[in-house]
Amino acid sequence: MTLTIDSSESTPKTAGRQSAPRGGALDPVFEWMCFGCASLLLAALIGVIGTLMVGGWPAFHKFGLQFFVVSSWNPVTEVYGAAGPIVGTLITSFLSLIFSLPIAFGIAVFLVEFCPPFLRRPIGTAVELLAGIPSIVYGMWGLFVLAPWFALHVQVPLLTVVQPGSWLDKLTSGIPNGANILTASIILAIMILPFMSAVLRDLLLTIPTQVRESAYGLGASTMEVVMSVSLPYIKRSAVGAVMLGLGRALGETMAVTFIIGNSHAFPKNLFDSGSTIASTIANEFNEATSDMHTSALIALGLVLFMITFAVLAIARALLGRPKVV
Amino acid sequence: MFKKFIIGASAAALLASAAHADNFTGAGATFPAPVYTAWAQAYKAANGSELNYQAIGSGGGIRQIEAKTVDFGATDKPLKPADLDAAGLMQFPMVMGGVVPVMNVPGVNPGDIKLTGPVLAQIFIGDIKTWGDPRITSLNPTVKIPNLPITVVHRSDGSGTSFVFTTYLANNSPAWAQRVGANDSVEWPTGLGGKGNDGVAAFVKQTIGSIGYVEYAFAKQNKLTYAAMKNKAGAFVEPTAPAFVAAAAGADWTKAPGNYLLLLDQPGAASWPITAPTFVLVYKKQDKPETGKEVLSFFDWAYKNGDAAAVQLDYVPLPAPVKALMRKEWADTIKGPDGKAIYVSK
Repeated sequence: MTLTIDSSESTPKTAGRQSAPRGGALDPVFEWMCFGCASLLLAALIGVIGTLMVGGWPAFHKFGLQFFVVSSWNPVTEVYGAAGPIVGTLITSFLSLIFSLPIAFGIAVFLVEFCPPFLRRPIGTAVELLAGIPSIVYGMWGLFVLAPWFALHVQVPLLTVVQPGSWLDKLTSGIPNGANILTASIILAIMILPFMSAVLRDLLLTIPTQVRESAYGLGASTMEVVMSVSLPYIKRSAVGAVMLGLGRALGETMAVTFIIGNSHAFPKNLFDSGSTIASTIANEFNEATSDMHTSALIALGLVLFMITFAVLAIARALLGRPKVV
Repeated sequence: MFKKFIIGASAAALLASAAHADNFTGAGATFPAPVYTAWAQAYKAANGSELNYQAIGSGGGIRQIEAKTVDFGATDKPLKPADLDAAGLMQFPMVMGGVVPVMNVPGVNPGDIKLTGPVLAQIFIGDIKTWGDPRITSLNPTVKIPNLPITVVHRSDGSGTSFVFTTYLANNSPAWAQRVGANDSVEWPTGLGGKGNDGVAAFVKQTIGSIGYVEYAFAKQNKLTYAAMKNKAGAFVEPTAPAFVAAAAGADWTKAPGNYLLLLDQPGAASWPITAPTFVLVYKKQDKPETGKEVLSFFDWAYKNGDAAAVQLDYVPLPAPVKALMRKEWADTIKGPDGKAIYVSK
């Protein structure tokens, strides 16, 4: 899945120059052009970080560390606290991971161990199609299909059963219309499912056949082989792949905005509406006229950038040395 | 061969577009975007010059005109006279719309439930939590309202509609003015946020016992259940085009410096209390008088010929005296580098 160039394996430079092929004189130019492309990418990254820091500085300067802790987001009094969106982002992303990981793993194991050859293609195609659906379509599906279903079949029955004041009530109280953190996490889980199952399947396919066959030869059942042999073998890389899926879930905007209920307050429980950093920026950036509001939103963007950067750095470290694919 | 064709075609396209020197640009509010687009098409057919309008939001419109990247800005939230003077801008109204409270209460027809400004504020601030509250039922003695919990639905994105609505609530409730305030984006004390008018409409439709607010065009096209509101004269009116026109008729624009006037709680027995115009911003001192002239000519054309299109799209045109006043203000305040008015309406 990951494509990286390991420079130690490229052809030595002397060979081409000694035999002097027709376009040999243009080689340095070609090299500089490629270097230019790479540095363009680096420049864009530095530019993004720089813009976020410069734009978010007024908000950080005014609110300091309170920015991360206070949950009141008030454009009228110009007091901005990002605790609500930050917590919402982290909760929805991690929850979506918890929901999708077992299913992705199940899909990967099925495709590798159990799947009859004639089914392999259709299921693979179905997973890829799921990955190709635009996120805003997920958002609309969530708003018009999942939210009413959830409200009608989960929240309304709970309302009739739960006694007010009990611990179950504290866990499940919320406006019964299906727009809450739990449904947003479900949508996110469906969105990162194809990516994760594809990566896990590829990882399972990298296990040498001897390792698996020797486990079968010892008399292990398929479940024992998968749980005790395959899974530990790919554990480290699987965690890295999972972090990549988490990185995608952290930045997801449109799918979440429609269905999370968009309230900046600290969510009381999973059935309460909340907000994420991406949904807050998407909702408010267009109309933010005052400088402090714009700066607070840019500061939020920087926070999300830092979170995603940290997650991806950990993923990179866990995936180990880059291999040529 | 194919490459040469592509290069030639793009060169021709560039030259062709350069020939239309009298095109002009605008950016801003999403609320009037449909009518501005309709007017632009008709104006191009009549006059040949083309308006490029980008509905990026009122905030974006204000930012773009202040940066002088567009020829006019459009905003639902008018700038205060001090801000206008500081930026050297002039603002004038183009069309009007109304903000309508909509609800999802089973067994109730549109216009059955009557509400007042203070009660509406108490609902949105979270004081009134159920539909069976005596403050609502006392206003509606003959209507059978089920005692459901109230779910407030508001806008999650910043919007001129929110600005108009929160200003109305602030005018009618000191508690709202102090705790929440009026702005295009506020810290709502309770409720869900929907994205855009359609987000609010979708949530209201799906949640039984909910109440929200949308633009009149939205309420009408989606056949939402609206409330009848009590206006300043004490009468309960339903949100209809005649009610908005009545609200605009009594307004005195000559007494509003910078044309900063929201038509909230206007006098008149038939007036809808939450009416608001949408505004256009242009510079008083025009650096490019030809483009400025084109802009004003377009808006003058819209004043003269655009009413039918506006009504068809569920907007409310300005009354004729207001249009005449605006024409006079253009001639008096918008000048070119030579100090002379760039456009005098015939």
